Amino acid sequence: MPSALINVPKKAKRGDTIEIKTLMSHIMETGYRHTAAGQVIPRDIITSFSCRYNGEEIFRADLFPAIAANPFITFFTVATESGKFEFEWIGDNGFSETASASISVE
Amino acid sequence: MKFIGTICLTTILTAAGIAAATEIPASERRSGYTFMAPDTQAIQDDDTTNPGMLGVLDGQGLWNKKAGAANKACADCHGDATTSMKGVAARYPAFDKTLGRPVNLEQRINLCRAQQQQASPLPYERHDLLALTAFVAEQSRGTAIAPDNSPELRPFVAKGHDFFMKRQGQLNLACTNCHDDNWDKHLAGSAVTQAMATGYPIYRLEWQSLGSLQRRLRNCITGMRAQNYDFGAPELVELELYLMSRAKGMPIETPGVRP
Amino acid sequence: MTMRKAEGSTRRRFLELAGAAAAIGAVPVVTVREAVATPETMAAAIRTVVGTATVQPGKVKLDIPPLVENGNTVPMTVSVASPMTPQEFVKSIHVFNEKNPQPNIGNFFLGPRAGRAQISTRVRLADSQKIIAIARLSDGSFWSATADVVVTLAACTEEII
Repeated sequence: MPSALINVPKKAKRGDTIEIKTLMSHIMETGYRHTAAGQVIPRDIITSFSCRYNGEEIFRADLFPAIAANPFITFFTVATESGKFEFEWIGDNGFSETASASISVE
Repeated sequence: MKFIGTICLTTILTAAGIAAATEIPASERRSGYTFMAPDTQAIQDDDTTNPGMLGVLDGQGLWNKKAGAANKACADCHGDATTSMKGVAARYPAFDKTLGRPVNLEQRINLCRAQQQQASPLPYERHDLLALTAFVAEQSRGTAIAPDNSPELRPFVAKGHDFFMKRQGQLNLACTNCHDDNWDKHLAGSAVTQAMATGYPIYRLEWQSLGSLQRRLRNCITGMRAQNYDFGAPELVELELYLMSRAKGMPIETPGVRP
Repeated sequence: MTMRKAEGSTRRRFLELAGAAAAIGAVPVVTVREAVATPETMAAAIRTVVGTATVQPGKVKLDIPPLVENGNTVPMTVSVASPMTPQEFVKSIHVFNEKNPQPNIGNFFLGPRAGRAQISTRVRLADSQKIIAIARLSDGSFWSATADVVVTLAACTEEII
């Protein structure tokens, strides 16, 4: 079960801009490497990452092989209400992982 | 008479010189962390951005997972690692009485697996062993490295020290030539560090994964164009032992991030 | 120059494998750069995003070390000066490169809820090259910043050169 590390402030004031940091365990195999025998090691990357804040998508990213292994992505959002952030990573070979974090907004 | 006297003096001075040229004075010791660019240091500083922590998390899972014919988890004997494992990594490699020689943390884990869990050893450099080692070592983060000073270990430390000082390979280089005499200079684009192994297992940017000190040593030995050693070889464990005594007093940083 | 480098890298990687791979028990791996992005393919990739619109330099800040610690993992931050109000905000940020096998690095989609138009990630750079970050604003305009990055090989690797 791949680990994910999420950093979301537990608390924020309404209207504050907060930073969200995410780190997902994944090899991000580029598809440009070969074995010594000459066979291509097939691409195996996370292709898409998204974040929903109480159900509404607030951030999305397309990832390419140029993103380093164990993809690290940070972004910002305005804290509008208490609730849940839901993160989703989708990739090659049916890769699909989710994580969530709660926030309390005063 | 005078001539012989001079030669003797030269020999003594040279011998003393070799001995003295070794250890970097305690006040000048610097972790590999200090040689990194601020951007890379920032990766290590934050537990939520340090990819090595992903390994530590995995290791925590393994610590609690039952294994082997005995169906025991590490936690069953050792309980909460935050207390039971605190300070352990700071004194490894340690002397194993049965084997009569030092073992590193990876080997200790595998010995426990074999003896207490009746489980097969975890292969070197595979994720499970790295994760478990990182988890155990992380419990000592911030603790000063305190190598075991027992008399039975001293001959092995000396062997490791000899390896560090010995010129070898196609380039006729010794570890000391770079890491004692030329640290803070650059080799190609990379900084030459003091070889203070404070953060292992590290997340090495070059590997894009966690890796052990022995993997790093093998990289160095390859770079020196010298005869390499297998994972777990006694020469590598002795070198690890010497390196930890070299870094005595410096805080453990596991999981370190290094270029 | 580029050709010779690629050839050397191939042989280097090939020679590396036997020792390291045998010990680790991993499958030996060679990196062979068959497809390489060029300024032309990068321009084509940019055109896919911006169409015929003009891309103006400005408003975008691309933070990437000029001399990378290691080309396999390079921290990068892109930020865009914008009030991020519902009337005026950054819709997306697109990052491209010149010399990796592919011209795209990532696309990041923001919106007025972002509060600050800034993203960070870690990228792989195969060679010393130019990176371009292009921002699409809510008014349909495109702004960009470029950075020239020097990438060297790590001194001590599993490779036998």
